[in-house]
Amino acid sequence: MSEAPSLKSNRPLTITYNLPISKTTKFWKELKEGKVFATKCKNCGKLYFPPVADCGNCGSSEVEWIQLSGEGKLVTFTEVIVKPASFSKEPSYIVAVAELVEGVKVLAWLTGIEKEKITIGMKVKLEAKVVSDKKFAYEFVLA
Amino acid sequence: MNKVAIIGKGHSRFGDRSEVNLAELSFEAVHPALESSGLTSKDVPYMTLGSMGVWSEEPLPAVVIAEYCGLTGAGLVRCEAACASGTAAVFNAYSVVRSGQADLALAVGAEKMKQIDTATVMEMIGRAGYYMWEFENFGMTFPAYYALHAVAHMEKFGTTEEDLAKVAVKNHRYGAMNPVAHLRHEITVEKVLQSCVIASPLKLYDCCPISDGSAAVVLASEKKVKELNIEDPVWIESMGFASDTANISKRENYVGLDASVKASKMAYSEAKISPADVDVANVHDCFTIAEIMAYEDLGFCEKGKGANMIRDGETEIGGKIPVNLDGGLKAKGHPIGTTGVSMLVELTKQLREEVKPSRQAPMKNYVALAHNTGGTGHYGFVTVLRR
Ligand SMILES: [Zn+2]
Repeated sequence: MSEAPSLKSNRPLTITYNLPISKTTKFWKELKEGKVFATKCKNCGKLYFPPVADCGNCGSSEVEWIQLSGEGKLVTFTEVIVKPASFSKEPSYIVAVAELVEGVKVLAWLTGIEKEKITIGMKVKLEAKVVSDKKFAYEFVLA
Repeated sequence: MNKVAIIGKGHSRFGDRSEVNLAELSFEAVHPALESSGLTSKDVPYMTLGSMGVWSEEPLPAVVIAEYCGLTGAGLVRCEAACASGTAAVFNAYSVVRSGQADLALAVGAEKMKQIDTATVMEMIGRAGYYMWEFENFGMTFPAYYALHAVAHMEKFGTTEEDLAKVAVKNHRYGAMNPVAHLRHEITVEKVLQSCVIASPLKLYDCCPISDGSAAVVLASEKKVKELNIEDPVWIESMGFASDTANISKRENYVGLDASVKASKMAYSEAKISPADVDVANVHDCFTIAEIMAYEDLGFCEKGKGANMIRDGETEIGGKIPVNLDGGLKAKGHPIGTTGVSMLVELTKQLREEVKPSRQAPMKNYVALAHNTGGTGHYGFVTVLRR
């Protein structure tokens, strides 16, 4: 921001969103138990990750929950050095996309390996991850 | 359906424009656009604004800009298609004229991104994918999305970091000659390679700057072109459009953008041209890898041969198809919602042979192409212009 005259707004805006998850509660519960689930449309058979309650492919809302094996191969990755404001306290992190044996691709952090040692096509495992006592996510680790 | 022409254009200087507010900045483009068409603000029944608009304080920027520029009373809409918001605004104005609902329409692009700090800008653009699954836990950034593509493209086709750097060097060379560009200095391959890493393998000089800026075009029907005795209209031959998944993990591969392929096929087909007919192009080079993928996705070369085009100078003046002679997003700057309109202002000048000879493309068919992507190929627009 430059030196041109400006008025500093006196009305700062802090927004915290509540993200609705009532239709995918099972996903978050299972994550807490260390399992990663996807959904599968009972009508057309399409497998969804991230999980969904409704099938955009055929319009059905009849879906079943499928536990993912977590086994996959790395498709691409990057190391994020310049971070967004809300991640400013994190050390640099590696974001990867891997294709799981079930056929869906997943984007998540890849941990426990230096960037220099990562190769496209290497085997990785998707695992549930405890972020804090109330928050759960998932990550890739070496298979 | 009506034929639609660009009959007037205006463009502000891009850069850090902290000395003006959003409406004052827009006036810098709207006023010359109207003046060059021989019109006043009262003549224009409909105005569209391309603006993503989360960086500055106004939630209804179209209304504020219209009031400031004397367009109160005109039909108004703000169009959002991320970094393609500008073309979305042109498309909306074009549709109004093409369908005969109005004979004149003004499309404006305006964005002020320098009113907030860089980390917050990184945050806002990083959220522009599928928030819940890519940002909340994984902190994706805009450079990171394109970095995923750069890694995949390098792995599959042998594209190198030097190839990426050459795109930046070319665009800075032309940007240095463009008086409205944000970054007006030349750079070298070494300088790009030695700049700090933002999201590996993309470095500072692989990324476009954060800019303020505005641009505007006046669109008119053929009837209005005759009525106003416009001597040198530039016709919009076609506008192709497409989109892709919000979740990047649902893409088939990371070596190109499907929305660009689909939008360009649609635009070529409607304009009845092939890529070889294009004299000059502006492509979406928010990151250097984006320009290389664009060469391929738009059919300027085979898939995987994009790096050869930059190595062989095929996208410079004198090459097969000169690209981004205004400096591109990389050097001219990328005020998100403005970019698509800015591309059409530049290409109108190129088609009318109004730019400095040092950055003027030679014209054979008088056909130009603009390629504007929103997000990481989430939105895609391709426009074909002919003089
Ligand atoms: Zn289905």
